[in-house]
Amino acid sequence: MNFDERGPIYAQIAHRIKEDIISGKLHEEEQVLSPNQYAAFYQINPAAAAKAFEQLEEEGILYEKRGIGQFVSRQARIRLLRERRERFFKKFVDPMLEEAFAIGITPEEIASYMTGPKGGAHG
Amino acid sequence: MNMTVEWKAITKQYRSQTALRGVTATLSGNKIIGLLGRNGSGKTSLLSMMKGLLRPTSGSILVQGQTPYENSELARQICFVRDSRMAYGFAKTRDALAIAASAWPNWDADYASALADRFELPLDTKVQHLSRGMESALGAILGLASRAPLTLLDETYIGMDAHARYLFYEELLADYIRFPRMLILSTHLIEEVGKLFEEVVVIDRGTLLLHEPVEQLLMKAYSVTGTEYDVDRFTEDQLVLYTLGGGSLKSASVFGEMTDHLRKLADLYHLEVRSLPLQDLFVHLTSRQEVRA
Repeated sequence: MNFDERGPIYAQIAHRIKEDIISGKLHEEEQVLSPNQYAAFYQINPAAAAKAFEQLEEEGILYEKRGIGQFVSRQARIRLLRERRERFFKKFVDPMLEEAFAIGITPEEIASYMTGPKGGAHG
Repeated sequence: MNMTVEWKAITKQYRSQTALRGVTATLSGNKIIGLLGRNGSGKTSLLSMMKGLLRPTSGSILVQGQTPYENSELARQICFVRDSRMAYGFAKTRDALAIAASAWPNWDADYASALADRFELPLDTKVQHLSRGMESALGAILGLASRAPLTLLDETYIGMDAHARYLFYEELLADYIRFPRMLILSTHLIEEVGKLFEEVVVIDRGTLLLHEPVEQLLMKAYSVTGTEYDVDRFTEDQLVLYTLGGGSLKSASVFGEMTDHLRKLADLYHLEVRSLPLQDLFVHLTSRQEVRA
């Protein structure tokens, strides 16, 4: 992973762990690396890694088993997916519709593009 | 043990030249701290005073509540790595390590020889005949293996090639995790080491510009890009560090917190907002150009 030095590193780490849970690289009830292992692996300050893990614990994405380490919470993936689905329309569809409106593309045109032979729906 | 270093209104004068002017800050906790400043900004003077090699002209410096100057007990807790050629010139590298072993209470000889292997340090060469890269490697080894509660590394890795530098960063972080202590690295190569720092101190022309946790600092700087008209009306009341372009495309680097209100304003003016990398922020903060408030 490349931290692009834009924005706080802890937020980028938290984001990356969430991505790994959504994509299935990290499974529910699976133990994650410790903040120190994480810091050493990605060459970042341990305090930044610790802060990311704190945040994920607060959000209920990770939980701690005393003396063992941190694990991915049950339901973490489903919850993250729900969040992401809610954001999808705001983040992608709304700006697209706004742009379409600005240049005179109708929703019908978009719909027919999406279901047509070149459309994303057919990959 | 938790390290505390206090700088109290430190001024350092060399004849007619003022190296430091009223520098006040308290560093505390076992952290990796970046001491950032351009060449000649006063970094080395500050480090030398922390080690007790120099005395402030006025003000005071305290390490664990004590004055380091002529304090041999305290000196054993403070490792200052600067010019190993000067300290160990006539000795062979192997002997330099042996001398260090007897000087540092927490010296880890196994770790030192493992590091010597990794850096491929020639043990039978005299220190004064080492290449610049190897001299830097020796400095890094002395700094790390001393395990001193306060370790000051003055651009130690400046002579290393990229491969050795990354090796050094890796070892520094791993050893810090094993043995937390206060490590202060002076540098202007922020791009490479910035991610290792928990806090940074920026000095410029002998004065303290800022002392803050890195994460907090990064939240405080951003750039906005758009038309000159929009950028100018957005930045009217802000501390602008740097501007680029003009007319239909201008960008301004701003120092200040991005509030919800500002975010909305930026949206309204169709400005693109990006956070600023630490290196850019440092360059803008210490540029000789006067900052307009």
